[in-house]
Amino acid sequence: MTTRRFGQRLNIRNDRINMSHGSGGRAMAQLIDELFVKHLDNELLRQANDQACFEVAGGRMVMSVDGHVISPLFFPGGDIGSLSVHGTINDVAMSGATPLYLSAGFILEEGFPLADLERIIISMARAASDANVPVITGDTKVVEKGKGDGVFITTTGIGLVPPGIEISGDRAQAGDAIIVSGSMGDHGVAIMSSRENLEFETSIESDSAALHGLIADMIEAVPGIHCLRDPTRGGLATTLNELAQQSGVGMLLQENAIPVKPAVSAACELLGLDPLYVANEGKLICICKAADAQTLIDVMHKHPLGTQAAIIGEVVEDEHGFVQMQTAFGGSRIVDWLAGEQLPRIC
Amino acid sequence: MCLALPARVVSIDNASDMATVALGEVKREISLALVDDVHEGDYVLIHVGYALNKVSEEEAEKTLALFAEAGLLDPDSAETMEAES
Amino acid sequence: MKYIDEFRSQDLAKTLSQAIHQAADTDRDYNLMEFCGGHTHAIFRYGVQDLMPDNVRFVHGPGCPVCVLPIGRIDNAIQLALEHDVILCTYGDMLRVPASGRKSLLKIKAEGADVRMVYSTQDALRIAQQNPDRQVVFFAIGFETTTPPSAVAIKQAQALGLDNFSLFCNHVLTPAAIQNILESPEVRDIGSVSIDGFFGPSHVSSVIGSRPYEFFAEEYQRPVVIAGFEPLDVMQSALMLIRQLNEGRHEVENEYSRVVSRDGNQKAQTLVAEVFELRRSFEWRGLGSVPYSALKVKKAFVDFDAETRFDIHTEPTADVKGCECPAILRGAKRPSDCKLFGTVCTPENPMGSCMVSSEGACAAYWSYGRFRDNAQSPTGKKAGAVA
Repeated sequence: MTTRRFGQRLNIRNDRINMSHGSGGRAMAQLIDELFVKHLDNELLRQANDQACFEVAGGRMVMSVDGHVISPLFFPGGDIGSLSVHGTINDVAMSGATPLYLSAGFILEEGFPLADLERIIISMARAASDANVPVITGDTKVVEKGKGDGVFITTTGIGLVPPGIEISGDRAQAGDAIIVSGSMGDHGVAIMSSRENLEFETSIESDSAALHGLIADMIEAVPGIHCLRDPTRGGLATTLNELAQQSGVGMLLQENAIPVKPAVSAACELLGLDPLYVANEGKLICICKAADAQTLIDVMHKHPLGTQAAIIGEVVEDEHGFVQMQTAFGGSRIVDWLAGEQLPRIC
Repeated sequence: MCLALPARVVSIDNASDMATVALGEVKREISLALVDDVHEGDYVLIHVGYALNKVSEEEAEKTLALFAEAGLLDPDSAETMEAES
Repeated sequence: MKYIDEFRSQDLAKTLSQAIHQAADTDRDYNLMEFCGGHTHAIFRYGVQDLMPDNVRFVHGPGCPVCVLPIGRIDNAIQLALEHDVILCTYGDMLRVPASGRKSLLKIKAEGADVRMVYSTQDALRIAQQNPDRQVVFFAIGFETTTPPSAVAIKQAQALGLDNFSLFCNHVLTPAAIQNILESPEVRDIGSVSIDGFFGPSHVSSVIGSRPYEFFAEEYQRPVVIAGFEPLDVMQSALMLIRQLNEGRHEVENEYSRVVSRDGNQKAQTLVAEVFELRRSFEWRGLGSVPYSALKVKKAFVDFDAETRFDIHTEPTADVKGCECPAILRGAKRPSDCKLFGTVCTPENPMGSCMVSSEGACAAYWSYGRFRDNAQSPTGKKAGAVA
């Protein structure tokens, strides 16, 4: 659909973003056409309006928004583009909703290479089409050099919740089972490893993935799931503390039951980090009635994103809301809120 | 106080006095400036990017054996492990 | 991971726990001070306390170089970054420690100061090479384990002719600190801090050897067991201390024999002696002024001494009012004895170093152990156990 109406095609290999790309004129239109629309290609986007118009079936809608400011922009297993698509699809899906559409806002820094931008957009497009959740509207702004970090992306997602589904962070009850869908800490370690010059024999990649398919299977088997949440920043520990606080309960975990890849474990040892506090981008926590736990585990094991799913603990009465853990060593400890970002330590 | 870990020496670069060590599956470059006589396959204690000491396989085995025997030993006849001379 | 996983075995933990229960005399208490922050961390992280009988208690000592660094020295580092526009390279541990005016290295980084976290002195040297027009200062902290890498860094800087590199030396010495604790009125005369024996630090000892502790064992008649870093090491060492106390012995024993020898790492010791020398005295947070307890750069290497290059003077600074870090560092009080603990002072808003460093007694207690004071704890673990 790129025509000669813009004169010369964009020189993606060599050119960089400049202030005119954000000015609303021809340069911007060309950028949108030859990069964004070209790759994110779908009917609604092609209409080239400032908004996208679509019909929805009746019912409850869900909306979620996420800003993505990750650095580095490209990392083993993904990039800011795929991450933003997966992240927002997941936020929508954690309510039990079927994700329908995404929007994407870009803030580009003057001087950012077009080649990198194209790489990111292609990655977003692939993630969106694999998930069958298209990006139907977007926006682009440019800021002066030094005022951005290459690119910031904000994504909004909407979805539709099937009737009878009530999934919320305040629904955990004493006696419930706590399930994770797979190994903890992969994403954060993948990021840190590229920053800290660590090499891995079997490379650790980000687990960034869209979980709505897995969730759909889970809800079909057990519509009465109480809570779903993805343990992103702050890791499993932080997210469990959030849920405990929201629901006014405590938790008791079994360290032995929490899946952690050996390479992730080793990398965390080296840096003095605790895998429980390291970010994940393709995993979920599920809290459900104890009687439903095994059914869910069986269903999850059948899905490619849930093969390592495990029951890691139970919800208990606790007015203090502590998340406690029986350590693999045989003693116990609390798993507390993270106080600021975990820093590698020497002591 | 110091976060130091035993890692396996995978390869050595004599020219720069550096080595690549592996902790499980993770590899890292560290300096050998503080140790002598290190070979591939040795285990060294690493701290802030340096090897501090070699890990003695023999002593490690002995220590593990002591843990296991702890329940069986009669405390009155326990041998005191003297510090190495 | 070899030499790590085996030393965390749950089965062996049970064996050792039984042995300790059998060996501990129910008619007395055993107060065992772990000097080293790494041991504090291991005890809490693995829940070792749960496997010990009630009359065996861990007393947390000052072996956390972050915790004992006086605010004035951090102020100096902050000054270097703000007033002299240096690239200040630091280990991650120091970033959040609060200094005067509630500033920290992390906060001034947010305000635009060039503060960079490094994993190794080598990273700092590389930064100096890559930025020949900027002054690069390495903020050196730590006990004897971390000192040899600093010595190597200075020698390498000299060899490379890196005249834009210097080191701000805050290295401190373990035996001096132990002596200070044993000499303190609370321990020596009043008897309000009861310390029956010591866990010797793991990795400091790998450098200095076990020999320096023989003096303490003899002079103060207390057993010392040099303990490895893993939870099984800590338990085995506790057992050895208990046995010594039962038998009336006060010797130096080496549990960490897979890494520690009597003489230590001579090569490292020689390098340190070449580059550094003793300061007459140095102020330790919580312990006051301690003679011959810290190092400074020797004249021969003065070109790489940041204190000389930037004419640094350290102001004595008082702790926040109500902060009990000084007493806690000496094992005289517990975190829960401090009025600020959990109210004003939390990991998000640390008032003193004991809370900021994850090895500080307060941070460790907060993160891992405060649930023990909760009598309604669902695990039914003993409430009020010394954590």
